[in-house]
Amino acid sequence: MSEAVPEADPKPPVRIRKRRRFLRSAGVRFAVLYALVFGISTIVLAASLRYSTVGLLDRQTHEAIRVDARGLATHFTEGGLPALVLTLRNRIDENLNDNAIYLLVDPLGNRIAGNLTRWPQGIDAPHAWYTMPVERAGLRSHALLRYYELPGGFQLLVGRDVSTRSQLRHILRDGLLWALAAMLLLGVLGALVIRGLFKRSLADISATTRAIARGDLTQRVRRSGSGDEFDELAETINDMLDRISRLMDGVRQVSNAIAHDLRTPITRARARLEDAAAHARTTEELRGAVDRATDDLDGVVKVFQALLRIAEIEAGSRRSAFADIDLAPVLDDLAEFFEAAAEERGIGLDIAWPRELPMVGDRDMIQQAIANLLENALKFSPAGCRVSISARMDATHIEIHIADQGAGIPETDRPRATERFYRAESARSTPGSGLGLALVSAIANLHGGILRLDDNRPGLRAVLVLPRRAPNPDSTLRIKLWTQNLKKDALTPTDNS
Amino acid sequence: MRILVVEDDKDVAGFVVKGLREAGHTVEHADNGRDGLFMAASENFDAIILDRMLPGGIDGLRLLETLRAQDNATPVLFLSALGQVDDRVKGLKAGGDDYLTKPFAFAELLARVEAMARRGKGEGPTTRLAVGDLEMDLLSRGVKRGGQKVDLQPREFRLLEYLMRHAGQVVTRTMLLEGVWDYHFDPQTNVIDVHVSRLRQKIDKPFDAPLLHTVRNAGYMLRVEEP
Repeated sequence: MSEAVPEADPKPPVRIRKRRRFLRSAGVRFAVLYALVFGISTIVLAASLRYSTVGLLDRQTHEAIRVDARGLATHFTEGGLPALVLTLRNRIDENLNDNAIYLLVDPLGNRIAGNLTRWPQGIDAPHAWYTMPVERAGLRSHALLRYYELPGGFQLLVGRDVSTRSQLRHILRDGLLWALAAMLLLGVLGALVIRGLFKRSLADISATTRAIARGDLTQRVRRSGSGDEFDELAETINDMLDRISRLMDGVRQVSNAIAHDLRTPITRARARLEDAAAHARTTEELRGAVDRATDDLDGVVKVFQALLRIAEIEAGSRRSAFADIDLAPVLDDLAEFFEAAAEERGIGLDIAWPRELPMVGDRDMIQQAIANLLENALKFSPAGCRVSISARMDATHIEIHIADQGAGIPETDRPRATERFYRAESARSTPGSGLGLALVSAIANLHGGILRLDDNRPGLRAVLVLPRRAPNPDSTLRIKLWTQNLKKDALTPTDNS
Repeated sequence: MRILVVEDDKDVAGFVVKGLREAGHTVEHADNGRDGLFMAASENFDAIILDRMLPGGIDGLRLLETLRAQDNATPVLFLSALGQVDDRVKGLKAGGDDYLTKPFAFAELLARVEAMARRGKGEGPTTRLAVGDLEMDLLSRGVKRGGQKVDLQPREFRLLEYLMRHAGQVVTRTMLLEGVWDYHFDPQTNVIDVHVSRLRQKIDKPFDAPLLHTVRNAGYMLRVEEP
């Protein structure tokens, strides 16, 4: 068996696929819907028009014949045959439109009076309505007829010539058909226009998102400025893209920093180990090198843990641990905890806060944030200086100030000081990862607050501003992103449980 | 002590087992959840060191939950790479007694396992602690050394109490931070050392034989030095 069996193509042929795709287009769907609604309303309009014109004429004719016949019957009852014949003649003469039709025959079928020459064939049932061609004064026309039986075997035919009505009906039908055709055309045109509008409005969004997907994050959806729904959508998408690109910048900056801040100690550890392996002469030397390399690696681990913790906090998943807490004892404990270390460095601590600082938040996190700020202050304070911790509260916020008299951060650098791995020039010589303030800032943001860095002249004044009530995320977009995260968490099975 | 190590990583397991044996413990090792559960349920151990992510269908959390459902109260220390606060909470809620995140220092692991196993023995509520000639009365909150009264701040008292409760064991800085201050962050500075040295000033300085010792690369230990 060498012949290759052509594989059955599981996909439908191109044309069908194309048609399916065409129907899947939202623009086409809306357009078809529009045409359908338009067409149905046109047909309803035509039907009601027809009913109210042709139908009305029909009903009027029927009524006229009925009234006529009733009148004639009365004459016959009151004055007998001569009165009826006289009335018939009068009516025929008085009929200016020449549309009334009468025929009176005797029991044998001989014509007595009327304007029809002979009894039309096929009329045999009394009180039934007949619409049929008749011949009158040599002219063929259409008539609506009704046949009445009179006492004595006389038979009376009363009718109306309806050829004008038929003409009217034809005219109306033609008119409606034309109108229908025109409306169909308009419907299709309208549908095409709607589809075009859709396409144009979505094309830009689609082009932008495609560009973003390709990796070009600078693209933004053009706004029409009309303030309509598409404009709103465009704005939301642009907001989202701004946030994504900020996050991307963050990631890029972090990966650059990781490359530097983690590579350096890892390189150092590696070099130490390799050097010791090659050159250590005594066990002591070897052990010393291993110990120092372990210290380097511990530093790397610390940086990793801080990074992960920031990421964890920024993801916002820890908001579940929020509770009613009082910051005053938290501050008491922290002041006591760091007081000894400050004293050892010859730094005085000034403390001042109200007896109660109630708020809603995560105690562990706020503890860590304040501890980071305090450690920073102690680290950058020369001996003999003072570090002050103070807090104040109003109806909505608690502010915690931690001020030192060290070198501070230059004003130009302050906005960047809360970025990951930022280290001021003056701080390069002191140990630290450059993640402390980033962590504090992340914790503040999680609580809906901010970390503000002010000039203490001299030194740095770090102000942690925290709202006292449960935090409201500052924008709808954040809520959206947050809930998306939650959904994602709920969908993906958690780790190994 | 008899300790069970349930850990699938060969290197980590080898390192932990070797270290624990060197510290004088009897150690059994299981490299998957199924064997681990079987051993934990059928034999008596003083402590179990448990990884969370394990092969063999039963992970650490499930193993512990099964064990606790059988009324087995052996102290369990989680040793896991899952280090987020929520992971830690999950581990402790499942019945874990302690939680250590990888990577870890062996000294920290050893100190925590020994402290945990001792705690598990449950000596009952005590009112008096004593190490050598150092005495602590938990009711009157008084401390004496060699019959001489020592004045301590409340926090120093708690620090000393923790050290005395773990007398003869290595206590790491992290353990002190968690046990005495209830802090779960990692201070960059030597704050703990300062507190310990202040305490040392009060309980050791005026006396001949020091009780509070620094253990290099690990932490501190309160014990009577053998002559």
